Amino acid sequence: MSRAGKITRRALLFGTVAVAGGVALGYYVVQHPHDNPLEPRLEPGEATLNPYVLIDAEGVTIITPRTDMGQGAHSILAAMVAEELDLAWSDIRVSDGPPSAAYYNAKVAAEALPFAATDDGFLARNARAFGGSMAKVLGLQVTGGSTTVPDGFDRMRMAGAAARQMLIEAAAEVTGVARADLDTRDGHVVTPDGKAIAYVDLAQQAAGIAPPDEVTLKSPDQWRYLGQPMERLDIVAKSTGTQVYGIDIDLPDMLHATVRTNPRRGGVVRGYEASRAEKMPGVKTVVSVTGGAGVIADTTWRAMRAAQEIDFDWGEAPYPADSAQMWTQLEASFTESLQDSRFRDDGDVEAALAQAADGVLEAQYRVPYLAHAPLEPMNATARLKDGRLDIWASTQIPMYVMATAKRLTGLEAENIHLHNQYAGGSFGRRLEDDFIAGAIEVAMAAEGRPVKMTWTREEDMSHDFPRPMAVSRARGAVANGQVAALDLSLASPSVSQSQGGRVNQPMPGPDVMIVAGAWDQPFAIPDYRVTGYRAQPMVPVSSWRSVGASGNGFMHDCFLDELIHAAGADPLQERLRLCDDPLSRGVLEAVGEMSGWSGPDMGDGRGRGVAFTLSFGVAAAEVVEVSQTDSGLRIDKVFVAVEVGRVLDPVNFDNQVKGAVIWGLGHAMNCELTYRDGMTEQRNFDSYQGMRLYQAPHIEVRALENGDTLRGIGEPPVPPAAPALANAIFAATGKRIRELPLNRQVSFA
Amino acid sequence: MIRFTVNGAQVETDLEPDTPLLWFLRDTLKLTGTKYGCGIAQCGACTVHLDGFATRSCQMQIGDLEGAEVITIEHQGTPEAPGPVQQAWIEHQVAQCGYCQSGQIMAAAALLAEVPAPDDTQIDDALSGNLCRCGTYPRIRAAVQRAAELMREEGQ
Repeated sequence: MSRAGKITRRALLFGTVAVAGGVALGYYVVQHPHDNPLEPRLEPGEATLNPYVLIDAEGVTIITPRTDMGQGAHSILAAMVAEELDLAWSDIRVSDGPPSAAYYNAKVAAEALPFAATDDGFLARNARAFGGSMAKVLGLQVTGGSTTVPDGFDRMRMAGAAARQMLIEAAAEVTGVARADLDTRDGHVVTPDGKAIAYVDLAQQAAGIAPPDEVTLKSPDQWRYLGQPMERLDIVAKSTGTQVYGIDIDLPDMLHATVRTNPRRGGVVRGYEASRAEKMPGVKTVVSVTGGAGVIADTTWRAMRAAQEIDFDWGEAPYPADSAQMWTQLEASFTESLQDSRFRDDGDVEAALAQAADGVLEAQYRVPYLAHAPLEPMNATARLKDGRLDIWASTQIPMYVMATAKRLTGLEAENIHLHNQYAGGSFGRRLEDDFIAGAIEVAMAAEGRPVKMTWTREEDMSHDFPRPMAVSRARGAVANGQVAALDLSLASPSVSQSQGGRVNQPMPGPDVMIVAGAWDQPFAIPDYRVTGYRAQPMVPVSSWRSVGASGNGFMHDCFLDELIHAAGADPLQERLRLCDDPLSRGVLEAVGEMSGWSGPDMGDGRGRGVAFTLSFGVAAAEVVEVSQTDSGLRIDKVFVAVEVGRVLDPVNFDNQVKGAVIWGLGHAMNCELTYRDGMTEQRNFDSYQGMRLYQAPHIEVRALENGDTLRGIGEPPVPPAAPALANAIFAATGKRIRELPLNRQVSFA
Repeated sequence: MIRFTVNGAQVETDLEPDTPLLWFLRDTLKLTGTKYGCGIAQCGACTVHLDGFATRSCQMQIGDLEGAEVITIEHQGTPEAPGPVQQAWIEHQVAQCGYCQSGQIMAAAALLAEVPAPDDTQIDDALSGNLCRCGTYPRIRAAVQRAAELMREEGQ
């Protein structure tokens, strides 16, 4: 084993975290770098220069410690390192690396703070820095919150630049040429006389060199990858059926399994009768797992078929059994004792509404539970053998999976090996590790053989942690053709409370997600108030692409649209008049120009709607055009403009934005989870459709790069999609729809 | 014993005749490019060609396949030498998570075998049974057109 890199234990402090919170946490704890997690695992011939760069005889492997769920995390993080390290694109290899606190996400906590993204005040800046410090201390290696790019941007480039300096230093030692005379090109250090020394031949030497205290990063005009279209590293595999996902894992001697647990989430299993299942072809054994049972068989199909033959006696649901009861409970949440936040309270809403000359406009909005339903059903492979546990699964929360595995097996972390996999979608689903826990429990009964546990689609959809249902009460007033007052009260169960409860992590204080996408919108409405109410927990809930803003964006923007209509103003012009943030005005102006905006009415049964949501720091505006056809409403075109500071990969960016728009539109059109007898009524894609190809509109995307903060784009285009569509339907039909999905009230072609 | 061909090679099996082709491909033949998404012919991730027609392999029981010809994504090309539809998918960088794309590509290939120059309506009709949760539809449309071009060039 090569331990030449001992000194790298002093691994670089990639100083992207300000230490405003250092006093509270202890300066040392915040500043002290995490150990390089690659070091204890080095194989002979391998060397590591920092937690992100591993070199062996074959070349450089870049550790990309954010889960690739289709958003392109691995490619963009690798590009950041390769840009500074001077690697040829075709030579890049990536790995998730081991789970480690060193790979903490410094940005993921920012959205949980009660500061609007447009707030650049002292408190807001310090709180964001403090959130980053907290994330570092807690070792939050999390993929989520559209943070991969902003969190990685400095850190990954610095990792590449530092490694490059160490390789140059090593080459200087080997050749005797002065450092300043050495350059790098495509994985080699190049001497003035044109001699090229491969990084692989310098790696051992470089690993013994102290990391530089300072690095100089390239300026954007020197970039060869970033900012340019690049071919995603996984695109060939994903176009040829050769990409291996968790569900494709194949190991010698592997068994196959499936698990069924109580479809009333959190309910117990009183008992089960498995004698029929046990006698079915290929079945090895039926094992009890938390909340249900698993079948181990020689093929997945045989396991799934046998599992259907188990008679379960499920316990009752620990929440209201039917959707109607859930709505009733939710609508009773607007009480003083359940008030969770009032982050916005401008002017005097009560007085304004009491004095409103033209009366008060009132409305109630609601949005349903939604499943993540990534196309790859949840699965995980596990092997417990000789005191060592290996797990192959795709997860956004590797450190939590480690803790779960430790709890279930009693093993120490050094004997647990998590091999994170490419995900066939996630949309937030893999922020939960329930399916991995099930696979570990099954593997514990498999006598050392690896077991691949795959859920049926029905198990997947009935055992999601959905986006919570939410309801809002809106009041408002207009005066002199303008929006004058808006009072929005939002109630939903708390996602962070539900998530925190599952990992025994108290989440003190208000849950910003209950009001995200509503309280923090950049509109200077004179009397403007947003209040959050924390409903009693019902179904366990979790983060769903764009989280709180996903429903609040609809409820806030559609009611704003109602007020604008009541004022007799133009939907786009009035939003622009109210908008007090220049970057946000920019995206509204852009969609106006792109769509040739001339008002909502387009004639001939056609109409357009505009909507705006600021979420995850990204101002996003969308214009949707719809037309009435004989077979129903058709979405013709979408124009979307987003402000992200800087686009690093234009192709993937375009794909992400369009995908987010389709995600938002498709779920708004026809998706909901409803409950009966404690169970979801939707179990598969026959009753949970989303958008189909023939329904996909023409989508035009424009990225604005006026801001000075780099932002992630996976989630922000989602929230304005639903309200833009609903507003367009109002323009085309005169029908104001205040609930999702919209096909409860209109039909789509 | 049931006999049919997969990607040109003869296969024999004595598995239960009601075993879905999907799971025979994945678990027995280890051809994992064909994906399980729903099991009820609603998502199209398991699309293969059965005697030339795009077919949901989750709904085909192997007992009904005696003498049949099955073609999967693995037969369309390789990473080193992708087929024309795969090449178009690469050029347009269609995939996000990529999980549905084997099925999309197989549906597109079947369409193009029948309709060398499809219009958008024909593409919509042929591929709307293939669900993409990531929302890559605009790129899929463009890639099918590009694949048609590539196939015409190849044919010349």
